[in-house]
Amino acid sequence: MLEARKLSRLTLGPVDLSLEAGEVVALRGASGSGKTLLMRALADLDPCRGDVLLDDVERRAFFAPDWRKAVAWVPAEAGWWSDTVIEHFTDWQVALPLIEELGLSPDCGGWQVSRASTGERQRLALVRAISQQPKVLLLDEPTSGLDRQSVAQVETLIARLAGAGASVLWTTHDEDQAARVASRALLIENGKLAAAA
Amino acid sequence: MNYVQLEYTDLALASLLVLANAGLSLVLNLGLARRMLLATLRMVVQLSLVGLVLKSLFAVASPWLTGLVAVTMILFAGREIMARQERRFDGLWSYSLGTGSMLFALTGPVRPDPWFDPRYALPLLGMILGNTMTGISLGLHTLTTGLVRDRAGVEAQLALGHSRNEAFRPIVQAALTSALMPIVNSMAATGLVSLPGMMTGQILAGVDPAEAVKYQILIMFLIAGGTSLGAVVAVLGGAWRLSDQRHRLRLDRLK
Repeated sequence: MLEARKLSRLTLGPVDLSLEAGEVVALRGASGSGKTLLMRALADLDPCRGDVLLDDVERRAFFAPDWRKAVAWVPAEAGWWSDTVIEHFTDWQVALPLIEELGLSPDCGGWQVSRASTGERQRLALVRAISQQPKVLLLDEPTSGLDRQSVAQVETLIARLAGAGASVLWTTHDEDQAARVASRALLIENGKLAAAA
Repeated sequence: MNYVQLEYTDLALASLLVLANAGLSLVLNLGLARRMLLATLRMVVQLSLVGLVLKSLFAVASPWLTGLVAVTMILFAGREIMARQERRFDGLWSYSLGTGSMLFALTGPVRPDPWFDPRYALPLLGMILGNTMTGISLGLHTLTTGLVRDRAGVEAQLALGHSRNEAFRPIVQAALTSALMPIVNSMAATGLVSLPGMMTGQILAGVDPAEAVKYQILIMFLIAGGTSLGAVVAVLGGAWRLSDQRHRLRLDRLK
């Protein structure tokens, strides 16, 4: 599905990486080891060297916004650009069932973003990206601020998406979670990628 | 024409106001005193020099000399725009974006006839340049600081597949608003709250107020036109420079 060859930028890489359709891969590494750099590079948010392909099509052949709709990055701390929650969604009707599935209130659309808690914002940002039906999900610690029940809901949702064919790269510091959600784990150290033991 | 000649003591008295302000800043620890005194000093020296230059230019009325002075004024305005930026563009862009936008702005409205008559050309240029410079530097300042501050929001939109135009729109709008704010405010308040400097000057010098008003309206049109043109070119040019073909936010192109 997604393939990166000799991807490098600043301290990152060169990285070779391949994600199969329906595969969830855990990405582990200390803070500052290059996890976020790698995800930004895959989402084409920073200029970098090397090739990235989606279903064997070169990234260059994509219109950049279309690439990012297909290869969606959800950062650990999501950005917001309007006052109310609903303004951040292209299609609220598509998002609503996912919002309820993650245990959020169905009338959160009218909330001020500043009123939502960290955990609520984190789940809203996840739904915002997922509701555009990306083929590849790059999740940067998607459950770091959540309670145990919400963590389980997020894990179930992502597992279902992977079951439907999405590829997921999932950053986590939690080894138990990595073992639960992913079929294999990668370790990143000083910008270099290796299969985790 | 009959008008009241100013004595140097009048000027000295008026300068006490600035000194009082600087004193206030020192007492309240606002950190403005140095900048204010420096700007005042520059104003006095520059205006005195320009008085001498204009006097001799008017006597000669040479197209070459008028052109040279005009170019010098534009280059200085470009440097001022650059110097006022908290976050500057890298490389040549830091100077050429502001200066280029100003040159473009001036090609629109300024058409004195004969263009080389320094008595018309230079005062008009000076007034338009001053306002355009303020507009462009406010616009660029709002653009760059806004993009740095709202980086997460802009990148969230880009990551969701919005184009750079969509993602930058709120900040570009804010930048243009702040660039045009001074001229819009002054047009709205002029005549009711404020009497513009040039018109007042003409009236003080004995010109019929109705004639002075006509001149002032013309100048306001030229200033508004020049400022909008310059601000639009500078802000859109800046937004273009701070993004790339792949619709990325390129804050690395700021120093």
